[in-house]
Amino acid sequence: MTDDLREYNFAYLDEETKRMIRRALLKALAIPGYQVPFASREMPMPYGWGTGGVQVTAACLVPEDRLKVIDQGADDTTNAVSIRSFFARTAGVATTERAAEATLIQTRHRIPETPLREGQILVYQVPIPEPLRFLEPRETETRRMHALEDYGLMHVKLYEDIARHGAISTAYAYPVKVAGRYVMDPSPIPKFDNPKLESAAIQLFGAGREQRIYAVPPYTQVVSLDFEDHPFEASKPDHPCALCGATDSYLDEVITDDAGARMFVCSDTDYCATRQAGGAA
Amino acid sequence: MTPLLQVEGVTRRYGARIGCEDVGFALWPGEVMGIVGESGSGKSTLLGCLSGHLAPDAGRVLYDAGSGGGAQDVTAMPEAARRRLLRTDWAFVHQNPRDGLRMNVSAGGNVGERLMAVGARNYGAIRARAEDWLGRVEIDTARIDDRPSAFSGGMQQRLQIARNLVSGPRLVFMDEPTGGLDVSVQARLLDLLRGLVRDMGLSAVIVTHDLAVVRLLADRLMVMKGGQVVETGLTDQVLDDPQHAYSQLLVSSVLQV
Amino acid sequence: MIHLENVSKNFTLHNQGGAAIEVIRGAFLSVAPGECVALTGASGAGKSTLMRILYGNYLTASGRVLVGGVDVAQAPPREILALRREVLGYVSQFLRVVPRVPTLEVVAEPALAAGAEVQAAQDRARELLARLNIPQRLWPLSPTTFSGGEQQRVNIARGFAHPYPALLLDEPTASLDAANRAVVLDLIGEAKARGAAIVGIFHDVEARAQVADREVDVSAFTPQAAGA
Repeated sequence: MTDDLREYNFAYLDEETKRMIRRALLKALAIPGYQVPFASREMPMPYGWGTGGVQVTAACLVPEDRLKVIDQGADDTTNAVSIRSFFARTAGVATTERAAEATLIQTRHRIPETPLREGQILVYQVPIPEPLRFLEPRETETRRMHALEDYGLMHVKLYEDIARHGAISTAYAYPVKVAGRYVMDPSPIPKFDNPKLESAAIQLFGAGREQRIYAVPPYTQVVSLDFEDHPFEASKPDHPCALCGATDSYLDEVITDDAGARMFVCSDTDYCATRQAGGAA
Repeated sequence: MTPLLQVEGVTRRYGARIGCEDVGFALWPGEVMGIVGESGSGKSTLLGCLSGHLAPDAGRVLYDAGSGGGAQDVTAMPEAARRRLLRTDWAFVHQNPRDGLRMNVSAGGNVGERLMAVGARNYGAIRARAEDWLGRVEIDTARIDDRPSAFSGGMQQRLQIARNLVSGPRLVFMDEPTGGLDVSVQARLLDLLRGLVRDMGLSAVIVTHDLAVVRLLADRLMVMKGGQVVETGLTDQVLDDPQHAYSQLLVSSVLQV
Repeated sequence: MIHLENVSKNFTLHNQGGAAIEVIRGAFLSVAPGECVALTGASGAGKSTLMRILYGNYLTASGRVLVGGVDVAQAPPREILALRREVLGYVSQFLRVVPRVPTLEVVAEPALAAGAEVQAAQDRARELLARLNIPQRLWPLSPTTFSGGEQQRVNIARGFAHPYPALLLDEPTASLDAANRAVVLDLIGEAKARGAAIVGIFHDVEARAQVADREVDVSAFTPQAAGA
């Protein structure tokens, strides 16, 4: 099996494809938040399993990299495991579950709790890159709206939230304005993670089915949209983690038996494990 | 005083076919201009060209925003500037409210969109303005969170008007605003429009084939046929003493009630 | 105030073989402030045509139509609209209003259009409606459902809401009872007293005798050849 996979080019994609993707990535970094079209390839996995993120990762990987893959914060879910092993085989790169040790982290729906540092790359899997999509289905129109900075509609969405629920109920994929110009969908991360979008690491977003790449360069201003009288709040369940006791991390609610007993635990498994090992609990 | 809108030689062709040809007129602040003609006479094409939705093949549409900067040719404006105009100083009321409303957004969101587009960021204030406007177009403010799909045709049309007028525009384009409505609902809408035109000092260009509508709303009339203007004048002069053969036919074809 | 000079009027009926009908030729008329001139002549002689020429509804073939210094025959629509708003009132035989608008607003509208304050315009409207014996309970209703006589009185109230310097009256006393007729004649008298120049058509001979200073027979302007 391992021998068979050696027939593939480093990191699966051919060099011409990587070149095309890298060009898109450079353009995306040059225009923070702008969705750059790219010729997304068929990948050996179904759409919705991170085909965009995988292509971006493949285009960024070098043999010296140490790769971490998380899905909803966890390193041990099917999606994370299969993508990690995919690159371990096709690129032969080292892998890790430690955010601090990784040079490249591919993620689905979370930003690690451990602050990222310069030199690290965070690659997001993006299902729907267009933040205006649900309000304006025409792609021609949304592109024009981005071009003309015609973003009134984005606040209409938030207005609708407050009108219906009394507060901005958008809890994930919470829209942001990047570098004071483009409105961007940060992928379905919980809004708790939004403040972490202002980071020292390079953040790259890949949408495979929609064939779009966008990026947030290090230390770029990322503002979550809101109203003066309904300001943005990075909320999370009001509990400590049942395993490590952390009060500052995003929590998953886990049902533990048929009687409905539940516990709240860190969604970031690495963060939780590190704290438990360090005796922080 | 200078004209709000000065239209010169506006021409739009669809291949060999003429949409509208060499149309010119001046619209003054507070004036309501009616454009009548049968289907295919070019009135909607002309309205599209005037309102920036269609690019004319020739001609100029000069708009004086009254800011002291003089008149600007709307057809030559960068699109960003034209769009800004369309959501602030101008308004466009479509015949079918579905074209002018966001059907999956609440009535309040529909009315508030223009405000948010120009930077309103206080939810309470936006909502208060929306409530005020729903009241002005006689929609029960209790329905502010309902979607337009739950409204009757007449209510949808009134909502579209509120959505357009909330930004305090100076010029409103209307394409058959009472088309497709019951007669009793039409009357209510006409009354509303007339009141708004008078109270807000609006200028308007109204395209319609309904001569009763222009009789009640328009100060001046332009009769179009085959893409060309065949007659212009005071509304009651054109209706009472039409000069062109086509205008005479149009006027004499109206059923008297 | 009102001067017609050598005015003629033709109709060309394009849809009836291009038939050209000359209805008025060489019309002269002059009305001074405070004067009321009654147009007379047989039915079809052109009285209403002349009124419509004065109001700008009909275009003319030649001549000048001066009202308050504006040549209605030549002026652009904008100037005619301003003239109608401020200077020239017209009480037609038929009330034409937007349905659903309350009577009080219908009557107050001309004064508002001429720039009056809302309160003043409504006070004036109430006064006129009361004088013309329109029951107060009808004021909040649209006049479209009123009887012919009531509509005519609302129309008259509307015509007198603003103190126009020039006034055209087309059968103002038709279909009115004696009491209301007297009110209308009083209103006309008051308008004259404040200096309005009035042109009227009165089939009611007594009324005409009471308010008209002069009569002008429009048959004199009817082209004989036309036989109209």
